[in-house]
Amino acid sequence: MCECCGQDKDIYLPQLATVNKARMMNGTELYLNLSMDAEPLDYKPGQFVEVSIPGFGEAPISISSSPTQKGYFELVVRKIGNVTSMIHKLKIGDKIGIRGPFGNGCYPIEEAKGKNLVFICGGIGLVPQRSFINYVLDNRSDYGNITVLLGTKCHTQRFFHSELRQWSQRSDIRLLETVDEKDDCWQGNVGVVTTLIPKIESELGSAFTFICGPPVMYKFVIMALAEENVSRDRIFVNLERKMKCGVGKCGHCQINNFYVCVDGPVFRCSELAVAPEAI
Amino acid sequence: MSVKKLSKESLLNWVDEIISTKKKVYGVQKHKDKTDRFEFAPLDSTADLRLDYDVTVLPPKKYFQPPTETLVAFDLKGGYKAACDTEKFIVIGIHPYDMIAINQMDELFQKDNYDSHYMTRRNNATIIACDVATASKDIFASSMKTATVKKGYDILLTDIGNGYVAEAATKKGQLLLDKAKTEKASDADIKARQAVWENNEKNLNKHPLNCQPSEVSELLEKAYNHPVWEEKAKTCFSCGSCNQVCPTCYCFNVHDDMNWDLKSGDRKRTWDGCLLDGFTKVAPDHEFRAKKSDRFRHRLYRKGKYVPSKIGGQIACVGCGRCIGACLPDIANPVKVYNRLLEDTSAVKK
Ligand SMILES: Cc1cc2nc3c(=O)[nH]c(=O)nc-3n(C[C@H](O)[C@H](O)[C@H](O)COP(=O)(O)OP(=O)(O)OC[C@H]3O[C@@H](n4cnc5c(N)ncnc54)[C@H](O)[C@@H]3O)c2cc1C
Ligand code: SF4
Ligand code: SF4
Ligand code: FES
Repeated sequence: MCECCGQDKDIYLPQLATVNKARMMNGTELYLNLSMDAEPLDYKPGQFVEVSIPGFGEAPISISSSPTQKGYFELVVRKIGNVTSMIHKLKIGDKIGIRGPFGNGCYPIEEAKGKNLVFICGGIGLVPQRSFINYVLDNRSDYGNITVLLGTKCHTQRFFHSELRQWSQRSDIRLLETVDEKDDCWQGNVGVVTTLIPKIESELGSAFTFICGPPVMYKFVIMALAEENVSRDRIFVNLERKMKCGVGKCGHCQINNFYVCVDGPVFRCSELAVAPEAI
Repeated sequence: MSVKKLSKESLLNWVDEIISTKKKVYGVQKHKDKTDRFEFAPLDSTADLRLDYDVTVLPPKKYFQPPTETLVAFDLKGGYKAACDTEKFIVIGIHPYDMIAINQMDELFQKDNYDSHYMTRRNNATIIACDVATASKDIFASSMKTATVKKGYDILLTDIGNGYVAEAATKKGQLLLDKAKTEKASDADIKARQAVWENNEKNLNKHPLNCQPSEVSELLEKAYNHPVWEEKAKTCFSCGSCNQVCPTCYCFNVHDDMNWDLKSGDRKRTWDGCLLDGFTKVAPDHEFRAKKSDRFRHRLYRKGKYVPSKIGGQIACVGCGRCIGACLPDIANPVKVYNRLLEDTSAVKK
């Protein structure tokens, strides 16, 4: 407890974690396996952490592992700016600061029970979705059919190769992939992720659908789902905004009356009707 | 707690005594650079205190959320230590509208995730508020129902002409007021104070709002696509001055500052503004609120709708009028926008 304010914890104070594994997954994405040094991270699928690099700052990063995996958590970080470039220099055994987990808007673990689930991912959008996908796979009998649609710009940017291979070999989850750019090394589908929607075999009307990808993707996917009569209260979107505090104070992540950091990052699409800035 | 009366002389003696304690004391005085205006600054001499001021350039929020403050000290090896500003201090001369802004900030910084940095400063402060004696040129506190205040301060002073009525609202305030030479306020003094309140509740109103402040939220519900946002924002410089001077703006940026040893440093938060270009810009290169009109609208929705929904419906514009004076193209006045929307309800499309 802090002597001056009497509070148990300072919301801006990072806690230390140790890097167990660090490896590049392709040209830009780094996989990190971490453990908190003190209290283990108690998180739900859909939550994120603020990763701290002293001297550079913090970056919000989705937790990619499922809470069913104990003793560690996983992140995937794309090198894109100051903080993420420094995260890419981490090696096994290094210490790193973590704040969180943050976000009250998580995947609807309970509500989705018994339902067919469709995950629509654009590129790095697979990272947060993977947390819930693996959660569902670890509680397989609680849920209906699972379909994962994954669109990547080019096949060299694919990651989690062996996990994707495992999914495609399992009979209780269906993975459909596509790449935007045609290439001799890629034998699969070519086209944007929405072109996979007609290929979904399970009944879409009653399914729970989850979208995560680059900002431009959402509108098209939601439109395509509307054509299949998926109602907006069964569409969930994972939103990204600039973040500084992660705790609902700094104002950067605000979308109309919502803060992505506390009210999201996973939102039910029907609830965003009052937030025209969202999509 | 009883209501006291201080002569003007005993008020000065009392402030002298307050200054002579070791505590930090801030008070309203003439601005050092802009000498025709006022500011909150360290009070070295009682003679400098100007309780008859109209409005200060910056609101007193700077003592609770400073323009720059350290949240966490770090070293490059990965050590982090929370910063804690434990100094006790006194602020003299906070007007009711600014007090109400602080009350709102108290709620916002405590709620959901307790911000100990703001709250430690807040708890270490003793606030001597004072009723408005001179109306500033742009004040519209009467319209916003912020011309008088009932809570948040430790002591409230009201100039009634032949002296001050002083009322302590907390134990801390009472102990401080006990040090002054006071007499019990007479019925006439209390009546005179009531007259000041009634006058201020009516006449601090240079820009009258044509509806109740509580109705603004509903008004905005239908105004999202109104042409006023584009029209006004056409001349906006995106300078963020309207954010910087506002007592209810509290958005901040966070950045790391290295020390000279290059081994340690501070993680700091600084004032930020939603009108500034780049406020919502993310890597690699996408800005969510890229249009000036979107940012302009966001500020007025935050004041009129978003923040109110978090603090029990109170409007988050306290009518200080500072943004009006700070805005070069003269577009920042919230009342002008809200009144325009009221007039135009027919042109409003959802
Ligand atoms: C909820 C959430 C989950 C995310 N999950 C992942 C993930 O799993 N993997 C991943 O690689 N990226 C993720 N991102 C994006 C990631 O946060 C940004 O790429 C990162 O902050 C860029 O930081 P930088 O310092 O390298 O870039 P700079 O351009 O140097 O950015 C400086 C600062 O601005 C802010 N900022 C800049 N871009 C973003 C952004 N896109 N989102 C939020 N804040 C930003 C950060 O505070 C950052 O430190 C997520 C973003 C959010 C909001
Ligand atoms: S919006 Fe303008 S008038 Fe209202 S509180 Fe802020 S600075 Fe004062
Ligand atoms: S002060 Fe005026 S010009 Fe500057 S950002 Fe605000 S509205 Fe725009
Ligand atoms: S990141 Fe600061 S309010 Fe959401």
